[in-house]
Amino acid sequence: MNTPDVTTHETGREVTAATPADTFADPGLPDHKDRLADKDPKASRRAELQTVILFAISVIGTISMMIVFFTVPLDGTTAGVRTQNLALGLCLGFALLGIGLGAVHWAKTLMSDHEVVEERHNVATEPEDREQAVAALAAGVKDSGIARRGILKGAVVSALALFPLAIAVPLVAEVGGDWNIGKFRHTLWRRGTRLATDPTGRPIKASDVTIGSAYHVIPYQEDIPEDVRPGTHGWIDEKAKAIVLMVRLDPAVLKEAEDRKDWSHDGIVAYSKICTHVGCPVALYEQQTHHLLCPCHQSTFDVADGAKVVFGPAKRPLPQLPITVDDEGYLVAQSDFLEPVGPSFWERLK
Amino acid sequence: MKALAARRHHRFAPAVLLLLALLVTGALYAALAPSQATAESTTAQDVQAGKALFAANCATCHGVGAVGTSETPSLVGVGAAAVDFQVSTGRMPMQMTGPQAEVKPAQFDADQTRQLAAYVASLAPGPSIPSAEAVDPTLGDASNGAEIFRTNCAMCHNAVGAGGALSEGKYAPSLWSTTPTQIYEAMVTGPQSMPVFNENNITPEEKRDVIAYLVEQREGSAGGDPLGSLGPVSEGVWAWVIGIGALIGAAVWIGAKSS
Repeated sequence: MNTPDVTTHETGREVTAATPADTFADPGLPDHKDRLADKDPKASRRAELQTVILFAISVIGTISMMIVFFTVPLDGTTAGVRTQNLALGLCLGFALLGIGLGAVHWAKTLMSDHEVVEERHNVATEPEDREQAVAALAAGVKDSGIARRGILKGAVVSALALFPLAIAVPLVAEVGGDWNIGKFRHTLWRRGTRLATDPTGRPIKASDVTIGSAYHVIPYQEDIPEDVRPGTHGWIDEKAKAIVLMVRLDPAVLKEAEDRKDWSHDGIVAYSKICTHVGCPVALYEQQTHHLLCPCHQSTFDVADGAKVVFGPAKRPLPQLPITVDDEGYLVAQSDFLEPVGPSFWERLK
Repeated sequence: MKALAARRHHRFAPAVLLLLALLVTGALYAALAPSQATAESTTAQDVQAGKALFAANCATCHGVGAVGTSETPSLVGVGAAAVDFQVSTGRMPMQMTGPQAEVKPAQFDADQTRQLAAYVASLAPGPSIPSAEAVDPTLGDASNGAEIFRTNCAMCHNAVGAGGALSEGKYAPSLWSTTPTQIYEAMVTGPQSMPVFNENNITPEEKRDVIAYLVEQREGSAGGDPLGSLGPVSEGVWAWVIGIGALIGAAVWIGAKSS
């Protein structure tokens, strides 16, 4: 192959005579300027000393890090971990920074800085090399006899073409894992499921909910199937759909639609805590304005007015959980949510 | 004495005298300052004194008898806890109207705050000021507190209590300099935008756990400066401005011709 043409410019630009007016002369490389360290031996020694100091900083950093590692004990407190992290980090920082700065300073002040030009070589291979390669390939094909043996050719092509399926099919089939979207339509809430505090799981009496209170609510664990109770893996999926925010409003400020008049109890209303935009937990409740904010994109819902959207990108009100009280005074659900909770999906209303 | 007199013009004499004067003043204050140990019991005198303070400082807005107006809430039944929280954090008396009452240096001392609280508590029963034991962070379980805080408080107050924005200029304040008593009182009374978390929602023991968790956050982060614990905003500013700035500086230095 070609060896790159390397030209060293010692003298700088060449003078080109008789340039046509509409073209520019190649100005060439600027003159090489000697650095202070190239001309003055004292400056050279100074630069050398500086480089040595920089590398010495690295050495000190590394040794200090070893010392810190073995001598600063962890006492289990946050401050202790922070102190050790800080000391280790500073030592490590100086150990690496010293090497980096030393190398750059060395290269900049002491190593040769003569400008070097490497000419570009041809991209294409030489014609004789190409002929040789083609001949070698043709000889190989002839040697294998693949052109004569048709069945063999078919077998090889089939085997190679089919093999990627062994990787692609499981890969595609595992995407999503589960195509049953029916489960998005239902949550754990049933008729008579008691409302309980999240995360402590105590059932809530209507009398416990004073005006201005905000309760973060999950279904009471005794009232839901055993395989999805708190502590099981199924609970994580189910909780993600079933979480509810419950507040008690002054009945004077509560506006209720005609068909939802019996969904609340004495000013206590319960709404799904999953944003109808992209499903973040909508939990920032402003007691005085009755507004419920989503922390992700600032969708704002008016809890006093059917959780309708008053600001932000959400398009639908939060689904309301119809509630009532049982004989013992505990708050219970009247049914599941009457619409799918959370963000929209294609088959949502089908 | 003669030695002292001889050195009274020494150039360090003024500094030494000043130091002595400060020490004497401090010792006198420590000895004579009123103690705060009597906060537990309220007397009829406290109620009377509180009534006078209320009439002079609060009644302009909250009305005579604390019944409130169309613009201001009634204080009948808010309890001593609400008064102690609002007055000891300086939120009340309010300096001016705005999105919400701001924290500022308290206008009343501990005695006056107790008297005001006693007066308002005498109007109707309400949440009382928690005892020192009820808010002692060393008695709480920080890990349980973290779980409760995460579900009930963190969305507004940030995962470690750094605070955060609400709508229209309102915000949930940082909890790092709030005293345990004030944290407890805020949970029970639900000041301003904050909802109420009564004793059935979060039990007194759980409230103490939350306080233990919050007090533990004041030790800071094991990873060093948390940059306000504001997450990607402050960390991003740091990485982009300081981090990438330093990298650009290094690149310019490496690329520059040395002289």
